[in-house]
Amino acid sequence: MHITDILVTGEPIIYGAMVSIALVTIAILFLLTYFKKWGWLWREWLTTVDHKKIGIMYILSALVMLFRGGMDALMMRVNLAFPELGFLSSQHYNEIFTTHGTIMIIFMAMPFLIGLMNIIVPLQIGARDFAFPYLNAMSFWSFFIGAMLFNISFVIGGSPDAGWTSYTPLSGAAMSPGPGQNFYLMGLQLSGIGTLATGINLMVTILKMRAPGMKLFHMPIFTWSTLVTCFIIVFAFPILTVALALLTIDRVFGSQFFTLTGEGLPMMWANLFWMWGHPEVYIVILPAFGIFSEVIATFAKKRLFGYSAMVWSMIIIALLSFIVWVHHFFTMGAGAFVNSVFSISTMLIAVPTGVKIFNWLATLYKSKIEFTVPMLWSLAFIPSFILGGVTGVMLGMAAADYQFHNSYFLVAHFHYVLIAGTVFACFAGLVFWYPKMFGHKMNERIGKWAFWLFFAGFHICFFPQYFLGLDGMPRRLFITNIAEWLPLNVISTGGAFLMGVGFVVFVYNVYYSFRYSERETTGDSWNGNGRTLEWATTTPVPYYNFATVPYVDEIDPYVRMKEEGKTTFDESQLKPIHMPSYTGAPIIMMSFLGLASFALVFEWIPVAIFGLVGGLVMMILRSFDYDDGYYVKVDEIKRIERKARGL
Amino acid sequence: MKAKHLLGLLPLGLILFLSGCGQLEMTVLDPKGPVAESQYELIKYSLWFMLGIIVVVFALFTFMLIKYRENRPGRKESDYDPNLHGNTAIEIVWTVIPIVIVILLSIPTVTTLYDLEKSPEPVEGQEAKEPLVIHATTADWKWFFSYPEQDIETVNYLHIPVDRPIEFRLTSADSMTALWIPALGGQKYNMAGMMNKLYLQADEEGIYDGRNSNFNGEGFAAQTFKTHVESEEAFDAWVNDIKTEKPELTKEQYDELLKPGLTGKDAFSSTHLEYINHASSDGMGYVVDNYEELFEEKLHLEEIEKQESFQ
Repeated sequence: MHITDILVTGEPIIYGAMVSIALVTIAILFLLTYFKKWGWLWREWLTTVDHKKIGIMYILSALVMLFRGGMDALMMRVNLAFPELGFLSSQHYNEIFTTHGTIMIIFMAMPFLIGLMNIIVPLQIGARDFAFPYLNAMSFWSFFIGAMLFNISFVIGGSPDAGWTSYTPLSGAAMSPGPGQNFYLMGLQLSGIGTLATGINLMVTILKMRAPGMKLFHMPIFTWSTLVTCFIIVFAFPILTVALALLTIDRVFGSQFFTLTGEGLPMMWANLFWMWGHPEVYIVILPAFGIFSEVIATFAKKRLFGYSAMVWSMIIIALLSFIVWVHHFFTMGAGAFVNSVFSISTMLIAVPTGVKIFNWLATLYKSKIEFTVPMLWSLAFIPSFILGGVTGVMLGMAAADYQFHNSYFLVAHFHYVLIAGTVFACFAGLVFWYPKMFGHKMNERIGKWAFWLFFAGFHICFFPQYFLGLDGMPRRLFITNIAEWLPLNVISTGGAFLMGVGFVVFVYNVYYSFRYSERETTGDSWNGNGRTLEWATTTPVPYYNFATVPYVDEIDPYVRMKEEGKTTFDESQLKPIHMPSYTGAPIIMMSFLGLASFALVFEWIPVAIFGLVGGLVMMILRSFDYDDGYYVKVDEIKRIERKARGL
Repeated sequence: MKAKHLLGLLPLGLILFLSGCGQLEMTVLDPKGPVAESQYELIKYSLWFMLGIIVVVFALFTFMLIKYRENRPGRKESDYDPNLHGNTAIEIVWTVIPIVIVILLSIPTVTTLYDLEKSPEPVEGQEAKEPLVIHATTADWKWFFSYPEQDIETVNYLHIPVDRPIEFRLTSADSMTALWIPALGGQKYNMAGMMNKLYLQADEEGIYDGRNSNFNGEGFAAQTFKTHVESEEAFDAWVNDIKTEKPELTKEQYDELLKPGLTGKDAFSSTHLEYINHASSDGMGYVVDNYEELFEEKLHLEEIEKQESFQ
């Protein structure tokens, strides 16, 4: 096969992208070589098993993916506001909305939240790392390589173009020939391994590695949200794995699970996809609820209102999330009875969600609200999310859904919940825990600019889309070919660009804060308002997290510790700390599987077998790996802690 | 504080926006038939609850932000209670109220769902009319409307009589699509190998936009049609014209039309139903079996000038 057969040709935008990808790659390689950073990169990052570093890599990748998905969004918005430009063809537009959706959900929202969980959950429960640090590194590399595989489809082979839902029969081999759809299948499959492993890993970490005395109902609410999310991951992701595998076998080896010919069942895909897909929505929203709860309690300077109601409502939401999937296709003709059942189960989710909203409001009652940047993101979430929530209930009313389905009303709804919920939470969480990660805060003034631009842009972009939907504009339409729809589309595009500006300001703030922010001297970065254990350790966090793990028997342990003058450095209690060794095996194993996936995309079976065997060999080697890690000596701990605490 | 002022303006902005949009005519909110009417009533009914929820939450939210901001002048000592963490009575209230709302929303949802599975009831005083059966079949990226009673078939446009229920029998020759005429009512999917029934009815003569609303590839945006709603007599005259002026649909011609791509409007004095039933498991793979290689070709749909062919 000749190289020109697999490169995407004929689109000026893509040529531009190829050139910039090449330039960026050369620049990175050059800088690494020039500053002799290859060894540093390998030793400190590529082989790390430290949950904090892995978390940072997750978040950095997620920000890059947010940029990519955002560029897709802006290109779509340009096309819809200025149809006479002929900016994107139908085919190109279809590819872009497909990659936008897939990247934002799978490669942005989830890794961003998993990154925050990676860094914060062990700190909140007083653990020294994950239960399985090696597995954690493997999860990250499976996500990262899966994401890269998905993204190169842009320039090699062609992007998938059947929507992020990839409905069969459209996405089958007959109607979507070529490698595009395979990129979707293999990219998701590979990164799905990592997500599933992280689910198990965090679940075990939370269940087995909590600080002495900490019962489940003493855990910080973000840790609780993570635990509930892990259960959803563990039950939902296998469904996706199976569905993707079946469709891959259909496409690559010619079986007939979802085809129109050979008595296939195309509608089965929609069922399997949403049996995973709906719980997936809660995988990205429950951790967001956890983050908002932490931030709101901290800057209200008050205990979270209704802690157990918050926990139970998350558990109920998680259970309900598995019995509502049919609401994604009420219009498939399942009949009045089935639709009634799923309609009611869907609307029931509003009850625990409503309870949570009122608990947040009650947390603000008799509080002292301080408007820091993370608090602004969290406060803005409440009214914005309500608008998404109530329209969700409307969509849940199946008889009315016949009119909303597939329209911009739906598009507006899920952007309202996913952006006001998940994206706001990602920003809130990142800014909130930023000092824990990097030893300095983000600049508040620039952060507020980023917030207000993004917040205003968000409402300007998506609010008009409700009305476009009510006027009959379907989603995934590449061109605004009805004159009445144009004005609202222009407004919407303006909002999208405002969000883009907000994002740029946010990224600039990362740079600005790195240069000019004051370095943290205490671990309790937000004026001593920290309530949970992550604020009890020093900043930057030592690699072993806690010199001594405190005894915990209440919800906000650090509040009491501060009152009693206790710290996580009790010299009389110091013992050597057992830590895992760094290893290059996870990245090598996942590179082999990445190679196998890439080969399967182009259906080069021998190469795929080679990659799979390589991955398998790495797994066998792992079984004979007797490296039990090492112990940090007491003197070393003393030295590090005294320096960090200025003793 | 800037935060408070701007966030406080949100509810006001929302109300202004909603009232402003009341001037706009939105198809779904301007129903032209009993099906769309019943869905519109349901939407309107739910909207009152939603507005109620929004007003309550926004009001509480604004109150909290104003009253309990840290730097409000004149804060009292009693305005801060850091250990307040629950109140069983109020928690029960805000759990029960949403449950009541869900029940109140469920009842009309379920009854409407069952009504929509039946032919629309006639207006009081009028006798019930037999529904007119129209088979609506899609193939990438076009619509076939077969009238078995009249033995005619149209491509990419639809004529129906006013005030008479229409029983659409939906199926597809290839990809999954959905028939949506927002002015007349909500959509349902067309799927190969299956048949879905969708009842619609128009109460007003006119021309309404209809389309495939379910994304199905490159020609998706062009898969639209106009619905001409006319009096019984005009409809009969139109049927008569087709029957006398248009040729019969031969199998060869139908096979040609099934090829993936765009076509203009057309009409025939017979239907494709005598050749093939795409709703059967035998017929569902017909297009893929015959034209698989044609799906590799691209349409190169680009400019807005194509608008004419979209209508």
